[in-house]
Amino acid sequence: MKTSTFASLLVLGLLGLPSVASAQGNSCLDCHKGLDGELQAPAVAFAQDVHGQFGLSCRDCHGGNPASDDVDKAKDKTFKGAPKRERIPEFCGGCHADAAKMRGFNPALRVDQLDQYWTSRHGQRLKAGDTKVAVCTDCHGAHGIQTSKLPKSMTFPWNIPQTCGRCHADKALMASYNLPAGQLEDYKASVHARALFEKKDLSAPVCNDCHGNHGAYPPEAGSVGGVCRQCHPSAGELFAKSPHKKAFAEIEAGECEACHGNHKVEAPTNALIGTAEGSACVQCHEEGSKGLAAAAGLRKLLEAFESRTSSAEGSLDAADRKGVEVSEARFKLQDVHTILVSAKNLTHGLDVAEIRKTIEEGEKALAEVDRAGQKALAEARFRRQGLVMATIFLALLAVALALKVRRLKVKRASI
Amino acid sequence: MAKNIGRALFKFFDERFLLSDLGAFAKKKTVPEHKHSFWYFFGGISLFLVGLQIATGILLLLHYIPSIDGAHESIQVIMSQVKFGWLIRSVHSWSANIFIGILFVHMFSTFFLKAYRKPRELTWMTGFLLLVLFMAFGFSGYLLPWNELSYFATRVGTDIAGSLPLVGGWLKEVILGGPDVSQATLSRFFWFHVAVLPVVALAVIGIHILLVQILGMSKPLGVRETKEISFFPDFIYKDALGWTLILVGIGVVCVFLPWEVGTKADPLAPTPLGIKPEWYFTFMFTTLKLIPAHVLFIEGEQLVILGFLAGGLFWFLVPFLDRRAAREKRSPAFTWVGLFVAAYIVVLTVITYTVPGL
Amino acid sequence: MRRRNFVDFFFGGSLLATAAAFLYPVIRYILPTKALASTQKSVTAAKVGELPPNAAKIFKFGSKPAVLVNTAEGKLIALSATCTHLTCTVRYEADSETLFCPCHNGRFDLGGNVLSGPPPAPLETYAVEVAGEEIVVSRKS
Repeated sequence: MKTSTFASLLVLGLLGLPSVASAQGNSCLDCHKGLDGELQAPAVAFAQDVHGQFGLSCRDCHGGNPASDDVDKAKDKTFKGAPKRERIPEFCGGCHADAAKMRGFNPALRVDQLDQYWTSRHGQRLKAGDTKVAVCTDCHGAHGIQTSKLPKSMTFPWNIPQTCGRCHADKALMASYNLPAGQLEDYKASVHARALFEKKDLSAPVCNDCHGNHGAYPPEAGSVGGVCRQCHPSAGELFAKSPHKKAFAEIEAGECEACHGNHKVEAPTNALIGTAEGSACVQCHEEGSKGLAAAAGLRKLLEAFESRTSSAEGSLDAADRKGVEVSEARFKLQDVHTILVSAKNLTHGLDVAEIRKTIEEGEKALAEVDRAGQKALAEARFRRQGLVMATIFLALLAVALALKVRRLKVKRASI
Repeated sequence: MAKNIGRALFKFFDERFLLSDLGAFAKKKTVPEHKHSFWYFFGGISLFLVGLQIATGILLLLHYIPSIDGAHESIQVIMSQVKFGWLIRSVHSWSANIFIGILFVHMFSTFFLKAYRKPRELTWMTGFLLLVLFMAFGFSGYLLPWNELSYFATRVGTDIAGSLPLVGGWLKEVILGGPDVSQATLSRFFWFHVAVLPVVALAVIGIHILLVQILGMSKPLGVRETKEISFFPDFIYKDALGWTLILVGIGVVCVFLPWEVGTKADPLAPTPLGIKPEWYFTFMFTTLKLIPAHVLFIEGEQLVILGFLAGGLFWFLVPFLDRRAAREKRSPAFTWVGLFVAAYIVVLTVITYTVPGL
Repeated sequence: MRRRNFVDFFFGGSLLATAAAFLYPVIRYILPTKALASTQKSVTAAKVGELPPNAAKIFKFGSKPAVLVNTAEGKLIALSATCTHLTCTVRYEADSETLFCPCHNGRFDLGGNVLSGPPPAPLETYAVEVAGEEIVVSRKS
């Protein structure tokens, strides 16, 4: 036959080979799919597994012979079965801690997870013989492991609180370690959780962002501030320049944490500053102290500005409700809002002069908004007045028409 | 002095337009007065509102920009910056809705009073045609502000057109000017709304009014009163009284409930929950939602659409189908049909806005 | 006779008043006023030469703030100035040649990408054109 025909036939034949090979099948999956309960679950879950997508299968972790349909021949000499809990980190680490091996699958993936794990509290306790602590499979799953980029993965940001919470929110389990179990509930009430779950903001911190994931260890008081600074650098910088930095270090108070909490970080309000019960300042400053007086001053400053902003916004809302278009004024309100937020942030630096200056700038912008708001309300009044006038004229016209009609009726009747 | 100028002007135009002859003819026209003659006013009110829509529409044309980059913004400008723009636009939007409501009243009052009987069959048919035209006005006009509600309402509405058997896909593309709601759609709807529909509607209105003038007002069956009042000026004054009151109503509603600008349409955003077409389409829309996916072997949606088309055709041809009324006899059967139709429309419209989840 | 004239007078008068009440808004509507911002597709952000290199200007784009940056190399870039964290208005920082949000120190590069801080999403970028003496910013199509 012609060379070209032969070549194409050869290519087609070669292309067909892999399909022939895969047609051999995986007896592990085939058999286990037919069982039920715990024995069936791995086979079913494996369809979603990331290892499966890279061409790995049961044999690569468990050994055995997937080409054989006979269960005894399938579970041959190489068959390892399910590893014991205390062996799991090393089991997974067999590949995941081997840079050369991982290079063949995903060169960008880190290979230090096992090392990190041994430094973690979980790893340390596992070495000491405690098998209740978390091992790889507790957080990643065993057979339906998905990359943490996928939303159904146990390690996807908004699933992580649940994953950690399985143990850490279990009162009985935590009690045996003398650990609190309220962190998950606290976190769920936090502004970070709201950003994550409600606004779907995946950059919001979850457990591993502050505690580390593989190397998870409770942070010391001194290091919490460093963690928060990752996302809130301005507050951190301002704080570092303030007199609080030295003071906190002296009394070994956790930066950020002492005022904002750790798990239940709520959106800060003006109530955080001041002299009232529930403010952060009274935790350290005594009554009558200079610190507390400064706090009261700051609070007054912020609250006054904020209330003036709210009232300006209120007049815009009122005009809006009355049907007057106020988008231009709302645009100016944006600037005021920016200044208010940065003024509040500046409280970390405790520089009253700077805060005062910022607020003065805000007042100028606010004055413009106020003017626009008053103008809008005046327009609303104008419209209502116009309506009254037009209605009066129309009413007069209606009366005139009615008179005309009546007169015509009389005229007609008299004919 | 003013009277002399007036008289001279009249004489000038009379000699050229033969106004006196026209006036004599007009003076002859009379309108029956009886316990049901109140319903006669709704025709005049409809005409008045058409005029109001044309006037406000022409004014809006001065500032409106029919492009997807400018439409929403131009409405924003009209509402916030153009002097009295808020008023012109709100009047246009409110009157449109009030007008369709009045049209339904006008239609049902003529139906129940059987004004469609011979020789007024064509008046009824042109009237129904006008209803369809004005609902098309409403549908096309609703898209023009290019806000979220209008974009998705148009999508939903044209999807329904698209589900017609055989012609559906083609029809949807013709309406939209393409596969999706886009600039082509906006241009097309604008073209319809300010050029095609006005010309067609004015022509049909012309025929409708001509018929009314030629044939006079229909007197309902069984009314024995023979009292008549003259159309000019008696009836006109009464009509005008109605118009004045409607204007007051529109004014109040525009000042206290100006029409909203809404958020600009974003084709990439997900369809907002509970999106509906304008209220006068909801009885059809909700029927579609309530019908089960399959009735016997027919697809539910298709059944509803064909049902409405058939119903519309029936309604259109009522003057020829109601043979008893054509013979000036009472026809309670058709009265019942009308009551059922009216009740159906009312109930389904109310359900749309009261039942949660619809 | 007088009664009849009164009714006619009253009718004519109220008709006139009503007509005036309607004509006044219509006339004011038609008469042109100061320049109206019509399509917000494009906006003149600044005049050529207004900004020195490595400087920026905040301007209004639609109803939101935007920033026009003249980079150190003389390139003109425009972006939305609404920080994607809590909607504060960002500002240009000449030292670092980045856009910086004073509220929580969010930082963006001149492509709008988040460099550091809490913002969850990048800033929208706009197209810049020089038309004669004017720098025109428009939405990217």
